[in-house]
Amino acid sequence: MTPASPARLKSSHALEVSAVGLTYRTSSGSVEALRDITLDVAEGEFVTVVGPSGCGKSSLLKLILGLERATRGRLAVGGREIAGPSRGVGAVFQAPVLLPWRTIEENVLLPADVMKLDRPSATERARALLQMAGLGGFEQKYPYELSGGMQHRAAIVRALVHDPKLLIMDEPFAALDAITREQMAGELQRVWMDSRKTVMFITHSISEAVFLSDRIAVMSPRPGRIVAVFDNPAPRPRTFADLLSPELARLSAEIRQSLDLACAA
Amino acid sequence: MADIATTKPQASEAAPPGRVSGAAWRILERLLSLAILLLVIEGGIRGFDVPAYVFPTPSSIAVALYEGVVNGNYLSALAVTLTEILVGFTIGSTCGILLGIAMVQVPVLDRIVYPYVVGLQTVPKVAIAPLMIVWFGFGISSKIFIVALTCLFPSLINTIAGLRAVDSDRIALITAMCGTRTQLLRYVQLPNALPYIMAGLNTGIVLAVIGAIVGEFVGAKTGIGVLILQANFGLDLASMFAALVLIAVTGVVLNLVLRLIETKLCFWSGKATK
Ligand SMILES: Nc1ncnc2c1ncn2[C@@H]1O[C@H](COP(=O)(O)OP(=O)(O)OP(=O)(O)O)[C@@H](O)[C@H]1O
Ligand SMILES: [Mg+2]
Repeated sequence: MTPASPARLKSSHALEVSAVGLTYRTSSGSVEALRDITLDVAEGEFVTVVGPSGCGKSSLLKLILGLERATRGRLAVGGREIAGPSRGVGAVFQAPVLLPWRTIEENVLLPADVMKLDRPSATERARALLQMAGLGGFEQKYPYELSGGMQHRAAIVRALVHDPKLLIMDEPFAALDAITREQMAGELQRVWMDSRKTVMFITHSISEAVFLSDRIAVMSPRPGRIVAVFDNPAPRPRTFADLLSPELARLSAEIRQSLDLACAA
Repeated sequence: MADIATTKPQASEAAPPGRVSGAAWRILERLLSLAILLLVIEGGIRGFDVPAYVFPTPSSIAVALYEGVVNGNYLSALAVTLTEILVGFTIGSTCGILLGIAMVQVPVLDRIVYPYVVGLQTVPKVAIAPLMIVWFGFGISSKIFIVALTCLFPSLINTIAGLRAVDSDRIALITAMCGTRTQLLRYVQLPNALPYIMAGLNTGIVLAVIGAIVGEFVGAKTGIGVLILQANFGLDLASMFAALVLIAVTGVVLNLVLRLIETKLCFWSGKATK
């Protein structure tokens, strides 16, 4: 719970991606998904990747999650090279992926079960997190009894329950309507400010990226490369109304321009 | 965040006073249609003077059923057949489920064992029943074996299908948590397969009833199958039909029990979650 300070950003990198390339080999030939990606994320930093569909954003996250091996380059979490899935990383996917036969509390405790963590203390933590996510009182409900937004919040709580250092989020709000989306982004900001996790976030929405991030990386179409990285030093907590301020409006315009350029190339 | 508590409709489905409730009406519906059907058959047989050795009247079947039940013949036979069905079903289905799990977990096993299982299923059980009698005798064990063989296949096939029909997102979820294959099986694949397995058991229990009767036809001391054969030899069609009614009701009841268990266990099945 260290307060945000410029000095913190100088500390060791929570995530290092250096010169990473990924080529999928399939029966119908090979697909180069990522080319020469270099991106370092500092401890406690919120970094967002935006890019056109199919540019390899999810592929990059799969590499970080250890679900896929890089063809070239090096990836490290907390200074340690990624060799497979790690307990220090929590993941939120595009869909909530809650198991329908488990209650919300049991779903949120799934990482604790899989990682064989102490159940009573994990339960306590899960309840506190659920409360914080506005899901207090829904612990014993089943996923189908919750709205789409609530299911997404439960998925985020599940990713946080084993207290990972790094949180990976792949378009977690893409399936939601615009109003719920902004609400969820607001809550994510609050959770992030409370916990100061390192977050790697993916979205198609520029406003969401600007609202949430310390830095925004723009990717080109396949093979995905990072064409530009933008800093967003605006103070927090931010609101969506802040996006209309001259600085953030200019930042949004620059990101859009860079995206358009990348796509036109 | 405005959390709207889910409210349940407050007994809105309760019947207004003076009206029959939904469930009672559905039962009444079935009983009424059955009664009408039986009356029509009864009338037809009597009207056209169909002899009793060609087709018995429903009333004579009812009388035969009543007498058989009262003198204890039917119930002791039913007890034997039911034991064969239940024990055979339990053994066969358990083996099917375990073999299915093993085959999904160990691909080599799948490649080697699967052709044999299909081959075994292709063989009509009537054809191997005499052999079973030779191996296990006229007692209950030969029938149990036949029933078990019959039930193995549906539970095996459905277990395999259920374990394999796992969403790739759910696999990624467990893998990203450093989950092992056994944990994937325990936390995702097995619960996911449950509705499939229950469907296999539903098929299996019906086949088990047939298997037990077929086994008893080929060779047995007692059982509903034996009663049917005896009635057949004596051209006592009323008794034969009574035994058939008994076995059909048994099948329906067993199937119903399994379906109740299914709705309890798979309460989440068919509910939309992303
Ligand atoms: N397992 C795979 N095998 C072969 N090719 C793949 C595989 N996964 C992804 N690809 C290819 O790699 C490219 C990048 O896919 P990826 O899912 O990373 O894109 P994305 O940026 O996440 O897209 P979206 O924004 O639509 O989610 C795509 O062209 C896709 O076809
Ligand atoms: Mg994607």
